Amino acid sequence: MTADVTGGAPSGTPPAPETGWTAAVRNRVEQTLPITELLPTKQPAYVGSWVYVFGVVTIAALVWVVVSGVVLAAFGSAWWHISSVGHFFNSVHFWSVQMFFIFLVLHLWGQFWGAGWRDGRATTWMVGVVIFLVSVVTAFTGYLIQQNFDSQWIAINAKDGINSTGLGGLFNVLNFGQQYGLHVMLFPVAVTLLVVLHIVQVRSRGVVRPIGDPMPADEAAGVAS
Amino acid sequence: MKRRHVDKERYYRGVAMVPYDLIKELSIAMIGILVVVLVLAVALSSPDVPSVTIQSWAKADPVDFVTTAEAELAGTSDVASYGPPYNTGTGSVQTWGFLDPQEWGGVHVATDAPNDFVLQPLTQASPGDTDLQAALQTYNSATGDQRTSWLAKYGNALANATVGSDGSVSVASGDYGPVPVLMDQMLTLARSGALDSLLLTSNHFYQTDFSRPLLFLDDGGYIGNLAQDQSLTGSQWGMMNETGRYPGQAWLWLYTMWYQIPPFTSDTGFLGISSANADLAVVGVMLTLSLLLIFVPWIPGLRDIPRWIPIHKLIWRRHYATMRKSPPSAPV
Repeated sequence: MTADVTGGAPSGTPPAPETGWTAAVRNRVEQTLPITELLPTKQPAYVGSWVYVFGVVTIAALVWVVVSGVVLAAFGSAWWHISSVGHFFNSVHFWSVQMFFIFLVLHLWGQFWGAGWRDGRATTWMVGVVIFLVSVVTAFTGYLIQQNFDSQWIAINAKDGINSTGLGGLFNVLNFGQQYGLHVMLFPVAVTLLVVLHIVQVRSRGVVRPIGDPMPADEAAGVAS
Repeated sequence: MKRRHVDKERYYRGVAMVPYDLIKELSIAMIGILVVVLVLAVALSSPDVPSVTIQSWAKADPVDFVTTAEAELAGTSDVASYGPPYNTGTGSVQTWGFLDPQEWGGVHVATDAPNDFVLQPLTQASPGDTDLQAALQTYNSATGDQRTSWLAKYGNALANATVGSDGSVSVASGDYGPVPVLMDQMLTLARSGALDSLLLTSNHFYQTDFSRPLLFLDDGGYIGNLAQDQSLTGSQWGMMNETGRYPGQAWLWLYTMWYQIPPFTSDTGFLGISSANADLAVVGVMLTLSLLLIFVPWIPGLRDIPRWIPIHKLIWRRHYATMRKSPPSAPV
């Protein structure tokens, strides 16, 4: 076999389209979200409302939730009970989570009252709601692994609700090891991936126009929902 | 130019565009949130009420501890007859009509209350203790009726139990068989802290499953009373509260609310929903509401609410004002 090290086509000849799985994936990514859309330098003037701040602030809070969570996980589950530095990082984690939910809910309400699912953005809305629901479960598992009175009582109190659904054996709130794994690994990864997907959806489709704003007729004919 | 990009350009046709710096906005948001979080963390810290241990329970309320241990041995505790996922009982199984998901789920966290909470820990602690060995042998060799008789009489006597200066529990004399020895030893193990470890014993060196000690604690009244003092019970909006005056899981307010109102609090119920199956019913309600929220874009009426209640006029107030001053040309 001889490697082609020259690259490109003879001068004056347009390059043949590349084929293969890698080229297909790259082309798909470029079509879905070119870098100019991922990192835009202009936006519609109607985005100049405080409602649009809630989304980016939610992401900012999530960053600090993850950073403080990584520190807590790195030093072990009992660290924050015996170290003042650990307790401080737990406090940062605690208040970051509170900030995350405050702005997530404000963002959700803002998008609801702006009917953000219009003009082909229904799946963006759906992913956003799923992020909220998965975040609630993630936070719940966090409360279960605090290793203090709160976690004991929340586990005891919550077990009946989970058990009533038939999932108590699969999702045992009394099993610290299971809940620890879910909280520090699986659920944070799920939330992060969903948030990335949500951002890609928002950036690739753009921000929905205000309710009652006339949309170009040719574009209106091509969108759903 | 790629198609989606073209579509987006078409979508924004006629829309005024302004400069935007996404990275700058995110950076400012991150710094702002960090400052707020640091101020809150330094000023308010975070709650950390120490956990309850079997030892602290036995020392603080020895009669409640012994009463619970007696109920576990007699098989009359809540967990002993709970049902799935702990055992095949039916005491805490919730159904609605033909829906019986708890039974469908099956037993996966097998829990045998008399053995797991009392007999097994005592057997493990019995080497070198001839009195305990004899008591266990007497109990194990007795008939079921004999055991029930001893435990019933001892259980009744516990209602008038007294606590000695050394923390021991005494009852009036009676025909209790070996039960007082077993219970005294349980209390001794608990007060020494040994029972905390014995309840975690398994065939593995490592252990992270606290199902048994938590179920045992739940059967007693001590931890529930502590939770009541902290306004943490279900009827006190407990699921969204936290110890102290800290915000807990406030985002569970809607889930928690159902536990405060009929028919979820009712003994008689409505449409088969009552306090007896409140957990299953509330989960069902929240699952339904969550699905409605997810599928809002496709649900007529729900998706129209933002048009009917014009909060969007506040959101895009400046945009609408601009449109009124200089309306755009008609769309193509």
